[in-house]
Amino acid sequence: MLKARSACLVAALWLGGALLPGVAHADAFSGLSSARPDETAATVSALAGSGAPQAGAVLQALGERHLFTTPDGGLYIRHGEACIDARTGQPVAVVPDGLKPIRLNNRIRTALAGAQAEMGLIAPQADIRLKAADALYGRHDPAMLLALDHALSVEKDRTVRTRLMQARAATILAQPPGQGAQDARLEAVRSLAAAGGLEARGILAGVARSDAEALPVRHAAQAAVSSIDWHLRAWGVLQNAFYGLSYGSVLLLAATGLAITFGVMGVINMAHGEMMMIGAYVTWMVQQGIRATIPALEPVAILVAIPVAFAVCGALGVLIERGLIRFLYGRPLETLLATWGLSLILQQAVRSIFGPTNIAVQTPAWLSGSVAVGGMDITLNRLAILVFAGLVLGGLMLVLRRTPLGLQMRAVTQNRRMAALMGIRTPRVDALAFGLGAGLAGLAGVAVSQIDNVSPNLGQSYIIDSFMVVVFGGVGNLWGTLAAAMALGMGGKVLEPTIGAVSAKIAILVLVILYIQRHPRGMFPVRGRGVES
Amino acid sequence: MPVNLPPLSRRAFGRLALASSAAAVGGMWRAGPARAAAPTGEPIKVGILHSLSGTMAISETTLKDVMLMLIAEQNRRGGVLGRPLEPVVVDPASNWPLFAEKARQLLSVDRAAAVFGCWTSVSRKSVLPVFEELNGILFYPVQYEGQECSRNIFYTGAAPNQQAIPAVDYLLSEDGGGARRFALIGTDYVYPRTTNQILVNYLKAKGIAESDIMVNYTPFGQSDWQTIVSQIKAFGSAGRKTAVVSTINGDANVPFYKELGNQGISATDIPVMAFSVGEEELAGMDTAPLVGQLAAWNYFESIDTPANTAFIRQWHDFTRNPKRTTNDPMEAHYIGFNMWVQAVTKAGTTDHDRVIDAMIGIRQPNLTGGVAEMLPDHHLTKPVYIGEIQEDGQFSVVWKTPGLVPGQAWSPWVPETKDLIGDWSKPISCGNYNKATKTCLGHKHA
Repeated sequence: MLKARSACLVAALWLGGALLPGVAHADAFSGLSSARPDETAATVSALAGSGAPQAGAVLQALGERHLFTTPDGGLYIRHGEACIDARTGQPVAVVPDGLKPIRLNNRIRTALAGAQAEMGLIAPQADIRLKAADALYGRHDPAMLLALDHALSVEKDRTVRTRLMQARAATILAQPPGQGAQDARLEAVRSLAAAGGLEARGILAGVARSDAEALPVRHAAQAAVSSIDWHLRAWGVLQNAFYGLSYGSVLLLAATGLAITFGVMGVINMAHGEMMMIGAYVTWMVQQGIRATIPALEPVAILVAIPVAFAVCGALGVLIERGLIRFLYGRPLETLLATWGLSLILQQAVRSIFGPTNIAVQTPAWLSGSVAVGGMDITLNRLAILVFAGLVLGGLMLVLRRTPLGLQMRAVTQNRRMAALMGIRTPRVDALAFGLGAGLAGLAGVAVSQIDNVSPNLGQSYIIDSFMVVVFGGVGNLWGTLAAAMALGMGGKVLEPTIGAVSAKIAILVLVILYIQRHPRGMFPVRGRGVES
Repeated sequence: MPVNLPPLSRRAFGRLALASSAAAVGGMWRAGPARAAAPTGEPIKVGILHSLSGTMAISETTLKDVMLMLIAEQNRRGGVLGRPLEPVVVDPASNWPLFAEKARQLLSVDRAAAVFGCWTSVSRKSVLPVFEELNGILFYPVQYEGQECSRNIFYTGAAPNQQAIPAVDYLLSEDGGGARRFALIGTDYVYPRTTNQILVNYLKAKGIAESDIMVNYTPFGQSDWQTIVSQIKAFGSAGRKTAVVSTINGDANVPFYKELGNQGISATDIPVMAFSVGEEELAGMDTAPLVGQLAAWNYFESIDTPANTAFIRQWHDFTRNPKRTTNDPMEAHYIGFNMWVQAVTKAGTTDHDRVIDAMIGIRQPNLTGGVAEMLPDHHLTKPVYIGEIQEDGQFSVVWKTPGLVPGQAWSPWVPETKDLIGDWSKPISCGNYNKATKTCLGHKHA
């Protein structure tokens, strides 16, 4: 009661204020410049149906933060230096003083999305109408029922029509149960049951739970929810399998470089993670460089970063091998300590140069978002990493099997003396092999810069997992690395929904330890005489 | 997309300049323009106990810098008691036992009059026995889980009732979307666990059913959020407005928000209220998919007051980097340091016992237009702001508490501590006084 009265009072004050002389405009737009978000939101909703010629442009400008207001209530749309009066759409010669952007909050954003959807229903293009129908389906705001009915009466496109029907069904169910005929509500439940998906489940679950609802409707909703749940569960298994694959592919990428330096060469390389970190920083520098020089190429900067990161990290790897590792062959403990020290030096160096805080590596638009496949969401950046990991592994196989370098590397690994006697310059092969491993770590860095944060600590979070994958898969066997990465990825994702992320991590570690106890050489041990020594 | 970072060379230069200025800070203020009589006599040592390397360096380095700035500024104003202040910077390297060791060094070797430091709760718990044994003074600037009240620590960050509880109130309110289902997502350590325990009890008291609350913990540095985000999505499809309350720590936030964006969850569908994401964290993120997500703090860089504008300008001048952000723990150090200066001036000595007694009741204007007062339980009065992330990496304030909220050391929403209060003023002089039984529990802080 008190609330209602104070609301009236506020409204009266507001109207009074608007009518005062000196305040220029009191029309459908005035509320936009209000200091109160609820008033702005209400004005936005009202604008959609007002039929004001400038409404569309104004709402669009508001969403893009180009709508400005002056202290006397003027509204202007400003793009850089160009400025037009929002109410008339006429350009103004002089940009007025005291322009302040109209701030958005979630309440206004929600209202704006609804208003734009309402206006989109009468757009000439079918795809805009479809998007509008989608948005209204998600909003299911009872106030939109009239607009939906009207749109349905004129809509010809079949896809849009189906979506509109579903939006209407959702909207009908969003009304309080007392309103509208029971038949209409039953029909709506059936329509939503056919549509399926999380959104429909949410609405139907609400109906099924509501005490005010008529029993037949509740039962129908109940049945629909269980049927949707069954579908969701089935898709959920597939979805989880994709998560597992994707997690496995990240592990695989992180581990391939180590599979060379540790697996093939036997160097316990604790600085492996830092090579990944440097790869990620290279990605950032390439992005910044391209943005500063050729902004048009920015979306493909990440592709440019791939060879650059490989080259930079590879060169660094050769340098490390020549300057440090080669003095330590055959002394694993000292190698471990030396590379660990090196990793600390690299971290602190990056921290001093770039600062301790995260840097923002941009994700290009073509790698953002997801595509729906049936009831699954396939996120594009994860999909890209999955493909990239496959390509890197394939490429590495080719290098090892089909190039002279690969042949020499395998020869040196199997029997260093014999290889040297055959005329292979083993020090050169060592340096190149270490460089290859470091370069691969750089590639992994490019990939993880798209999913993880890029800071000097990046490497530390991957080093343990990388070693685990290589050891679990069998040292010196690339297929083993692949199998281990996928097994650990899948295992983690199968356990996570049931026992939680923390326990899943522990369980995986325990399982790996038990397995290594039984099979010390991992899943796919390299066999042969040369290995024993 | 606005570029948040300056070109490499400039940044690198700024860093190097900063590093060298930190090393040479002893000589720096004397060269600066003197506003008051130059301080003379034996310097008063102020300890700075923040990690400059390791995982926490990302957050704590900034606090070391802000302390150096505040101390240099105080020396320009004539020091304290006519004596210059001398910063003693140590690096506990994000290593919890090393925190205790360095704290002991600051107190017994350097004889620091006060120490400003720590970020994580575990580091504070690690140094607490040292500060009590050697009767030191620690200013702890970070929002934390409460349930602690030591005589030797001044908690200048927010207690749960100054951040978590008002944030949830906002989510429950009409403006915040009227959420009726809550996913409490956190990193697995003491701060999220205690905060979530308090929040679960509070939500239940507000009429939220147990089945409408989901609690999930992840390991430190979690980078694969696919499963959890899809769980949140499924949790949000029960026909009621759902909100996420995030106590995810530091680095794990970036992949979390990225995954939210990629799976198509926007702030208008399921808003995320974060307690550990500030301006500093946003500087390392692509903020486009985050717009509209929420954070609760007692300070935002975007709050337009003369004091804040002056502070930001001073910070930019000091770091020689116009893009460096300010954040909530920096304001906490600003308040804590100025309170300590006032208390020492009032007590006329740096003697720990007398300064500790003088601290209670000290009032210091904060940067956002209010006045912070040191309460008997060693917590502050603070305003609480809810901010929405904007495209430019700043927060726009969408809601604030009507007045200042006094910090509560012990939460009334935890059954074991609902009767406890901290009161270090006479005659109670107890950190965990039971109001019901009128007894002091003594040396037991948690």
